[in-house]
Amino acid sequence: MVPIAYYLILAAVLFSIGIGSFLIKRNIITIFMSIELMLNAVNLTFVAFAHQWKLIHGQIFVFFVMVVAAAEAAVGLAIIIAIFRTRQTLNVDNINLMKN
Amino acid sequence: MALALFIIFGVLCVAGALNLLFQRHPINSALSLVVVMMALAVIYWTLGAEFLAAAQVIVYSGAIMVLFTFVIMLLNAGEEERTTGSKAAYFVGIPGVAGIIALLTYIFLHEKAALGYARLGGSLDTATSNISEISRVLFTDLLLPFEVTSILILVAILGAVVLARREQ
Repeated sequence: MVPIAYYLILAAVLFSIGIGSFLIKRNIITIFMSIELMLNAVNLTFVAFAHQWKLIHGQIFVFFVMVVAAAEAAVGLAIIIAIFRTRQTLNVDNINLMKN
Repeated sequence: MALALFIIFGVLCVAGALNLLFQRHPINSALSLVVVMMALAVIYWTLGAEFLAAAQVIVYSGAIMVLFTFVIMLLNAGEEERTTGSKAAYFVGIPGVAGIIALLTYIFLHEKAALGYARLGGSLDTATSNISEISRVLFTDLLLPFEVTSILILVAILGAVVLARREQ
């Protein structure tokens, strides 16, 4: 018997690590991976609450999140490839066309 | 026993996430994210979401992370350069993140009794399986959203092809 609270704490820790690596990492691919980590943490929260309320709709919501995440990964990686083609770099500090 | 399972895979999750944060090479970060996703699949299973556990392995660690690995290899991404980055990220972001963890942990532990306990393997009655229950709702009540997602994926494929195409 594991308290639901532990699952929620695990999700909170994973989400916070995702935020931290989103802020610290400089490589655009790794930043994108930390977004995926945050999505996973939220999915865990949905599954935990679906279990608590004994409802299936939370799990279906996670299913839709997975579908959207797959679409997002495809489009995001295409954008990363386009950026690399024009700028020849993956470092977000060097992608500052809008700044100058 | 259920608690031991949760602790083992929860620690694996957090260790993989921290490894993602501390590794310098993107391919190492991608592989540690695969570890996080596989451990999360086991945790979904302990919560009685067998379908999601399978979908997590197939969609996330199978499809999305393979796509990431392909792009890392295609772009020949090397080690991250250590740049100064934004000072605000270090001095506001890290204490802010620690504060969020502390606050949420306090709230969840405070409401532990109200949140209840997880039963290993789910709380649905054993007569109906998790997959049949999900498919019943998905193909009756939520048929329209389910069909709309196929259009979303089609648009995403077209968008990816257009964006990644070499300009003449």
